Amino acid sequence: MTDFLLIMVTGLGLGALYFLAASGLSIIYGLMGVLNFAHGAFMMAGSYAGWLTMSNLPSGLSVATRLLVAVVVAIAVGAVIGLLVEVVLIRPLYRHHIQQVLVTVGLSLASVAAAQGIWGADPRTVEKPEWMGGTTVVLGARLPNDRFVFILVALAVFLGLLALLHYTRLGLIIRAGVENRTMVEALGINVHSTFTIVFALGGAAAALAGLLYSQYAGTVSPAQGGSLLIYAFIVVVIGGMGSLVGTAVAAVAVGLVQQLANFYAASGVGDLSVVLLLALVLLLRPTSLKGAHA
Amino acid sequence: MTDMTTATGQGSAPPPGDGPVLAVEDLHVRYGGSHVLQGVSFEVPATGVTALLGRNGVGKTTTLKAIIGLAPRTGRISLRGKDIQGDATPRIIRAGIGYVPEDREVFGGLTVDENLRLVDPDQGVNAPIVGRLFPDLVSRGKQRAGTLSGGQQQMVSLARVLLRETSVLLIDEPTKGLAPKLVTEVADVLAEIAQRTPILLVEQNLPLVRRIADTVVVLDAGQVVHRGGAAELVADQELTRELLGVSMRRDGAA
Ligand SMILES: Nc1ncnc2c1ncn2[C@@H]1O[C@H](COP(=O)(O)OP(=O)(O)OP(=O)(O)O)[C@@H](O)[C@H]1O
Ligand SMILES: [Mg+2]
Repeated sequence: MTDFLLIMVTGLGLGALYFLAASGLSIIYGLMGVLNFAHGAFMMAGSYAGWLTMSNLPSGLSVATRLLVAVVVAIAVGAVIGLLVEVVLIRPLYRHHIQQVLVTVGLSLASVAAAQGIWGADPRTVEKPEWMGGTTVVLGARLPNDRFVFILVALAVFLGLLALLHYTRLGLIIRAGVENRTMVEALGINVHSTFTIVFALGGAAAALAGLLYSQYAGTVSPAQGGSLLIYAFIVVVIGGMGSLVGTAVAAVAVGLVQQLANFYAASGVGDLSVVLLLALVLLLRPTSLKGAHA
Repeated sequence: MTDMTTATGQGSAPPPGDGPVLAVEDLHVRYGGSHVLQGVSFEVPATGVTALLGRNGVGKTTTLKAIIGLAPRTGRISLRGKDIQGDATPRIIRAGIGYVPEDREVFGGLTVDENLRLVDPDQGVNAPIVGRLFPDLVSRGKQRAGTLSGGQQQMVSLARVLLRETSVLLIDEPTKGLAPKLVTEVADVLAEIAQRTPILLVEQNLPLVRRIADTVVVLDAGQVVHRGGAAELVADQELTRELLGVSMRRDGAA
């Protein structure tokens, strides 16, 4: 029972990270039809921005304070990179989907290579606030505190995005655009500025995911973004492209299945079971590939 | 019918002089290898309803789409004397064109109110014109547009373009697939709208064309083959048969 509780909380915590990584990917695909492989680069940017910020702030500040500043910096860096990628790389290739894939894949390969060149391929240790590295005993189970942080942050982002989608004009245009972008334009609404904002938001969420994932792993490395991106894509496909609620449900499902399989079957089976889950969803609900309501 | 408060025959944004509100000149559209429109030219007068007719698949929808930049086109298109063929779709629309597409294309996942607020963020379903022309929609503000009947969806699609000042409306088969009673309702609404704003109307229902259209433009084989009065064309059985084919669909149900 205590094991089970630990698995559940860890699965939820990972699901929270997957959600942060996948939310932007899902809305970007749903709205613009862009498969954004640069999303891994956004995550890497977040984790490195966070690591650099923490190591360059005066060590007199507490780790927690430095982490908070790092979060703000990472979010800002992610938003700016997302915005630049949309304006410089994606916009000129509007509706040329193959070229967009090539350009974003290229960007993500180049950014991994750049990070390796500058900081090396080996993982670098990330400082963790003492409380986040500790545990809390719940019903006899010792639960790592960082999992609760991940879950709360993801929940806050989820509710924030939901409010944005349903209570703002930007959200209305996004929801309409996910359904029928051409008709939005035919009503006189310029969706391009919406694209830019969505990329900036997606970049910010991805950077936050990257930073929190490096806290979970205890290290930053150039390869982290790529492995998180794979889970994010799986989550997006399972959840339905363009659906925020679907993304949240799928992220939790993937996190839980992975942890349960790793524990109760054998270590390493978790990844395989995620792929099986994906296959199952594709077989039973092939429409999830075509998008859903946001 | 509701009374016509602005039945003066003036457009809401009158064109400079008495020129046509919309002029299409040598319009070509190619889809891959097929040359759908091959030099289409016609004008939409600043008042009344101009019907765009032709057999199925001749390119009526393509013509409307090309005007607002939704089909790849060459040629010259001017709105109130100003060239718009180089502009992107949202800009053309904001210059004063309202587009009601062939299959209504309401946002099914959005509520009726949200569909309308896309165009009029402040009023949505509470806009006076909605209450006046589409009273049925007012009580359905919170209903998802995807759950509306075909006729109600058509009302939403029409209401969307009336919430903004426009110089001309492009309306594609608004009665397609509707029951006869609803066809009459839509026709009434169109007749009232046309009192204020000129309409370029694609419509297969000839009695309806005779009732509300003033002039007709007929397409065949990628070109305009006839222009003239609506009543004259519809009265001439020989000509309608030759230009539009024998079996005119009454309601266009596909
Ligand atoms: N996106 C597209 N790609 C390729 N061909 C197209 C496309 N859209 C339309 N066409 C072709 O262009 C021609 C004209 O189509 P269009 O829809 O304009 O006809 P229409 O006159 O509106 O017909 P209907 O009366 O059935 O509505 C058709 O042969 C159609 O197959
Ligand atoms: Mg058509």
